[in-house]
Amino acid sequence: MSRRAWRWLIPLAALPLLALLAYGFRVNPREIPSPLVGRPAPGFALTAFDATPLTLDAQRGRVVVVNFWASWCYPACYEEAPVLERSWRAYRDRGVLVIGVDIQDTVEAAQKFIRDFGLSFPNAPDPTGKVSVDYGTYGVPETFFIDRRGRIRARHVGALTDDVIRAHVERLLAEPAG
Amino acid sequence: MIPELGYGAAIVALGLALWGALAAALGARTGRPALVLSAQHAALGVFALVTACLALLMYAFLTFDFSVRYVATNTNLGTPFYYRITGVWGALEGSIILWTWMLALYTLIVILRHRESARELYPWVLTVMLGVLAFFLLVITVAAPPFARLHPVPADGHGLNPLLEDTGMITHPVALYLGFTGLTVPFAFAMAALITGRVGDAWLTMTRRWTIVAWYFLSLGLLIGGWWSYHVLGWGGYWAWDPVENAAFMPWLTATAFLHSVMIQERRRMLQLWNLALVIMTFGLTLFGTFLTRSGVIASVHAFTQGTIGAFFLGFLTLVLLTALGLLAWRWDALGAQGALDSVVSRESAFLLNNVMLVAAAFTVFFGTVFPLLSEALRGVKVSVGAPFFNQVNVPLFLGLIFLMGVGPLIAWRRASVDNLRRNFLGPVLTGVAAAAFFFALGVHSALAVLTLALTVFVAATIALDFARATRVRARMGEPLLPAMGGLLRRHNRRYGGFVVHLGVLIIAVGVTGSQAWSVQTETTLGRGESTELAGYRVRFEDLAASEESNHFKVAGAFTVSDGRVLGVLRPAKKFYPQEQSPIAYVDYRLGLREDIYLVLGDFARDGSRATVKLQVNRLVSWIWIGGLVLTAGAGLAILPETKRTA
Repeated sequence: MSRRAWRWLIPLAALPLLALLAYGFRVNPREIPSPLVGRPAPGFALTAFDATPLTLDAQRGRVVVVNFWASWCYPACYEEAPVLERSWRAYRDRGVLVIGVDIQDTVEAAQKFIRDFGLSFPNAPDPTGKVSVDYGTYGVPETFFIDRRGRIRARHVGALTDDVIRAHVERLLAEPAG
Repeated sequence: MIPELGYGAAIVALGLALWGALAAALGARTGRPALVLSAQHAALGVFALVTACLALLMYAFLTFDFSVRYVATNTNLGTPFYYRITGVWGALEGSIILWTWMLALYTLIVILRHRESARELYPWVLTVMLGVLAFFLLVITVAAPPFARLHPVPADGHGLNPLLEDTGMITHPVALYLGFTGLTVPFAFAMAALITGRVGDAWLTMTRRWTIVAWYFLSLGLLIGGWWSYHVLGWGGYWAWDPVENAAFMPWLTATAFLHSVMIQERRRMLQLWNLALVIMTFGLTLFGTFLTRSGVIASVHAFTQGTIGAFFLGFLTLVLLTALGLLAWRWDALGAQGALDSVVSRESAFLLNNVMLVAAAFTVFFGTVFPLLSEALRGVKVSVGAPFFNQVNVPLFLGLIFLMGVGPLIAWRRASVDNLRRNFLGPVLTGVAAAAFFFALGVHSALAVLTLALTVFVAATIALDFARATRVRARMGEPLLPAMGGLLRRHNRRYGGFVVHLGVLIIAVGVTGSQAWSVQTETTLGRGESTELAGYRVRFEDLAASEESNHFKVAGAFTVSDGRVLGVLRPAKKFYPQEQSPIAYVDYRLGLREDIYLVLGDFARDGSRATVKLQVNRLVSWIWIGGLVLTAGAGLAILPETKRTA
């Protein structure tokens, strides 16, 4: 290569670095490993906002999506509320249950939130904070995917998207119940 | 209405910036001044519109307009007045507006100062400045719109991140951003020089002061950041090599290198290519830093993960690097050195070595910061690079830099004679050796601490020697002593401003050494009335008090501190914010020149009968802040307009 030509390699030197940074987008910092993944989901018995009892143990055999949220959490919880409702309607007949656990909130604000978004899946307050401690949540929103045998299979930190829910739920639905 | 106005202003500003950038470039190519004038008007318009955006966002914060998502996310009804204003730049969207505003302000000042003086370069400088502005306005309008609406409108907002409720947060981002955006100016001049082929000294002379201004703010921002970390975060440290800190530190290192290498080009016509590369590197690093902190690609305690913005910054970084390096390659032939290095023992080589070390430091910090990403990409293993790596690699480099700080300013240009060396360095070296013996005798046995302190004394001695000599010359000419000293600082403000900065760095080095080598801490649980002791201090737990503040609940412990006599009562606390999962620590401390007493409240019994407290005695930390003040004062002195030498 002549002396005049090699200087054009200078700009190219920046390319590997830029490629590395671009790679960074493929890594999802929201997929946080949890020591609970693969373990039986901690059980809970809560009372939903509509006063019906809500226990996790009674759901064995269904795929359960447990979502921790709060009315003061936005934009994230506001973004994912319609997503959750949509998924619930799409999957309820296929043996999927979405459970909302409202943490560190006032009952009025939470009920307004449920009304505003027209949420029809069961939602319950966690008045003592025990459930969120058992699940080791970092913050809201945070979502756990539980398989038909009652084991936590995935954890998602931050707002859900349709794709994320679909990917996890379809995978768990495809597994045999036994 | 208000949000729509803000959004509209941003869009119009984007259009103006794009037109201005294009018009200035066309004006330069075709030699039509009317086009350049039009670009200038566009820049003024951009400044006015961005100012309006900032004001409108501030207004939305002050009036609690929760229909604006950004306001709802970063304030609530309990947020005090001051923090509603600082909340404007408390998160991503608003900080980009502040950033853009500062950039527009710098553009305005460039127009005012250089429209006559920089004839050839000026249109291209405008093009680059407006081009960068257009990018940030694109981010405001597309990727991170601060005026986006929120439905349904909540009754109350989420509130600012409690850690940001601190006076340091009013000034820290402002200083840091003034530094970051200020570095755009030298970059614009460097680009203009490459485009026009006028790669001589003109662009350098015009941007030197700009670089010092940006460097001044960047230093200030870093120091305030350290102070914030020390007195708010409650871990007793001031620097953690966190990616976000590194993001600000890397351009500081390369800008420091540039400020030194400029002198060689001015004196010896060397290093033209290197200087241009440094400016490009520095600007690239500011963009990289923003990418890092805004894209969520690298995990950090204070990085915010935000959708598409990372891709925007990466795209822009790509554009900037490829264009700038491409221009550099294009002008390669014109960038040959005119001077040559005469001897290894000379000021040139001292400065060169200083540059190599600064850039090496920047590189190691860069490497450590992106290593987790590299590891995941190549080996699929998640790792984290912590303080030990950064310290191990950087401490020797920084020690070398301190040594050069003593050598560089006094050694002769071209080739230092044995006589020159003896005259300038014999005294300081002997003083340094004596200091080492003195500290060793005093009981300092850590080799690193002795070395650092001895080097510090050596450099201080060179500065004192130089200053004393110069004063003596003036005094011989009949000037009284004090006016002679003042006159020196004023007349040769660049040289002596530099010396004052060096003194500041030395003082900071002493503070860092002391805090690393001699700080002690203990953590213990105390019943009411019980005491613990550390390093001659006795700390007694008195009681706990709870109080309701405007936007949080606070539990404070009262601890009496004494060292024989009672020094006072410290009240470290925990603050419970309704929107936060875990409480925020509120540190209490007693600062001193020799050492700080620093208390952090841990767990406590609800009835107030027992509390866990972390007690630290941090040595010499105050000197870091004092050194910071000296350093910024020196930079301030160097910024002053130069006065002609008296004949």
